[in-house]
Amino acid sequence: MRSRGLREEDQKVKQRTLQGVLLVIALSGLLLLGACSKKVAPAPPPPPPPAPAAAPTASISVNPNSIQAGQSASLTWQTSNATDVSIDGIGAVQPNGSQSVSPTQSTTYHLVAKGAGGTQEATARITVTQPPPPPPTPSPSEQELFSQNIKDVYFDYDKADIRADQQASIQADAQFLSQHPNIQFTVEGHCDERGSTEYNIALGDKRASAVKSALASAGVNSSRVKTISYGKEKPFCTESNEACWQQNRRGHFVYQP
Amino acid sequence: MTDSVRLVSQRSSRTWNLLAPALLLALFAFSGAGFAQDWVKTGTSLGVEKVRLAVPDFKPSSTDPQNAQLVKTFNDTLWNDLDVSGVVELVSKSFYPLQTPAQPMEVNFIAWNAPPPNAAMLAFGSIGISGGRLTASGWLYDVKNIQNPQILGKQYSDTPSDAAARMMAHKFADEIIARLGGGISGIAESQIYFVSDRTGHKEIWAMDYDGSNQHQITHLGTISLSPRISPDGARLAFSSLTKTGWEIMMYSLELNRVVSFPHFGGTNLSPAWSADGTKLAISSSRNGAPEICITDASGSGLHCLTTAKGPDVSPTWNRKTNSQIAFVSGRTGLPQIYTMEADGTNLQRMTDQGYAVSPNWSPNGQFLSFAWVRKYGPGEPGSSDLYLMDIASKQWVQMTHDGGRNDFPSWSPDNRHIVFQSNRSGSLQIWTMLADGTKVQQLTFTGHNSQPNWSWK
Repeated sequence: MRSRGLREEDQKVKQRTLQGVLLVIALSGLLLLGACSKKVAPAPPPPPPPAPAAAPTASISVNPNSIQAGQSASLTWQTSNATDVSIDGIGAVQPNGSQSVSPTQSTTYHLVAKGAGGTQEATARITVTQPPPPPPTPSPSEQELFSQNIKDVYFDYDKADIRADQQASIQADAQFLSQHPNIQFTVEGHCDERGSTEYNIALGDKRASAVKSALASAGVNSSRVKTISYGKEKPFCTESNEACWQQNRRGHFVYQP
Repeated sequence: MTDSVRLVSQRSSRTWNLLAPALLLALFAFSGAGFAQDWVKTGTSLGVEKVRLAVPDFKPSSTDPQNAQLVKTFNDTLWNDLDVSGVVELVSKSFYPLQTPAQPMEVNFIAWNAPPPNAAMLAFGSIGISGGRLTASGWLYDVKNIQNPQILGKQYSDTPSDAAARMMAHKFADEIIARLGGGISGIAESQIYFVSDRTGHKEIWAMDYDGSNQHQITHLGTISLSPRISPDGARLAFSSLTKTGWEIMMYSLELNRVVSFPHFGGTNLSPAWSADGTKLAISSSRNGAPEICITDASGSGLHCLTTAKGPDVSPTWNRKTNSQIAFVSGRTGLPQIYTMEADGTNLQRMTDQGYAVSPNWSPNGQFLSFAWVRKYGPGEPGSSDLYLMDIASKQWVQMTHDGGRNDFPSWSPDNRHIVFQSNRSGSLQIWTMLADGTKVQQLTFTGHNSQPNWSWK
């Protein structure tokens, strides 16, 4: 477009030069005629140049002109004498208008208004600053996978040995953990509400150790595993029935960032 | 059979440490006769006649307007101390003559030593503010000995306050109990340490033995458990959940702050002071399974006594000999009480069934108190009651019968009382009783309160 505009300028310049040359020749002729004192028929007047079409005008602004990524700003433009208005990156737009934009990085909005009278351009720049980085989060995907895949291990009353029906959980956990060798985690030993506070913490310690040991047998390096016992201090539920007690007798896995 | 019991009991001259074996004898006598063991009452109901003590309210000794509250505090505290002591029988106030004495010249002996009061002893006096000081004067009279009645005459003076009035009553009660209780000093000035969640976290708290003056000791904002006061009352050992797990913590009651104590790693629980205050027995899983281990009071020289896979927890020292330790082990399944020498030899299993936890050794070295779900299993009610076991014979007596979960008994320094936790009121609270199961009193009412530990003096 730019090159086409240039060409049109060139043609206008050539047109004006030609008109100038004709004028000089005409005046020279008059002088010559005057000098000869011989009346000659005057030359016909040159045809009037065609009236030029009004040139387009254009303006564009963005408010505010500085935002944080994620925020939005209002882009406003006005043109006149234009039939074809477009903004880079947005496309064809109405001659006058406004719209909300939320660029993710600093952007220059370049508006081109074309009309019969020519082409006019305008630009508006918005500066986008990046928001402060969020607190460093451990690889969320790995943590999500951990919570989706890892199964807690449940125990019988007053027992800390791995029940036969819990071996499948241990094997599945070990397989997942071998596929994600960078994951570190804690096994929490929990107990139901019955019995003494002190004995239950000791029992929970044995449960957590039993899970750690079973994982080690299944190939999970013990250096990845921390253990802690909560006894009956942090129950998952508080009803006094077997369903809830079973929920609370467990080795609970917690991802370590 | 009851005659023989009475004979033994009378010879025991009203002291509990002699009385208790008699009670156990009584138990065996009843068992032999086919009575249900569970409901044998030990202690005062077995024929020992306790001293009948009349305690008319102390009178205000001045006209100071602040007197009323302080006089009431003093009288309530004195009455309660004497009532729960278990060494006297308080004569009901409804039997008292209209005129009660505030000083010796006002004592009308006949009005007290004859029926209806029929008192053997009379405690009386006055208390009030004068000259900016709170002063109490108290006497103990043997009202059957008109010629030479005075056993005790005491005067106390302090800055006026509710706490001062309470302390004066405690001191006077202890003096009376020392005279009438067979030489065993009173416990009215003893303290009870316990765990409370009333701030939102389980912290260590302390209170007077009668439940007054409850105040927070630790402010750690985590879970702190198992407070055990040192024999000299200067340090409090407990277990706390730290960033690296359960560790033994030490609090100085002289410095009023946590003092340094090494972290051992693993799970470290249930510290117990030796009687000489130089060592702690703890449960530690630093070597794998939770075992009973010994450390110096400074935390150095940790070594473990047990090697069973456990879990072994809740040690308590023989407070008399300082050479034995009782503890809980789940080595055969459900937890049972065991004893061993303090070097780990001579292991003895003390309980034969059920779920037995939380042993506490009596100050006279003769008994273990502990919590026991004796008839454990499907269909059983599963209530946890407190029991008393004579260590030499392994014979036991049930102390609580009132349902609920009762746990964590701790002996009073006079060997006559037990403080314990129970949910019998609907929430977990701290209670005291005489070791025969009588004089049951609830001490805490706010939040959940547990794991009481009675001071050594």
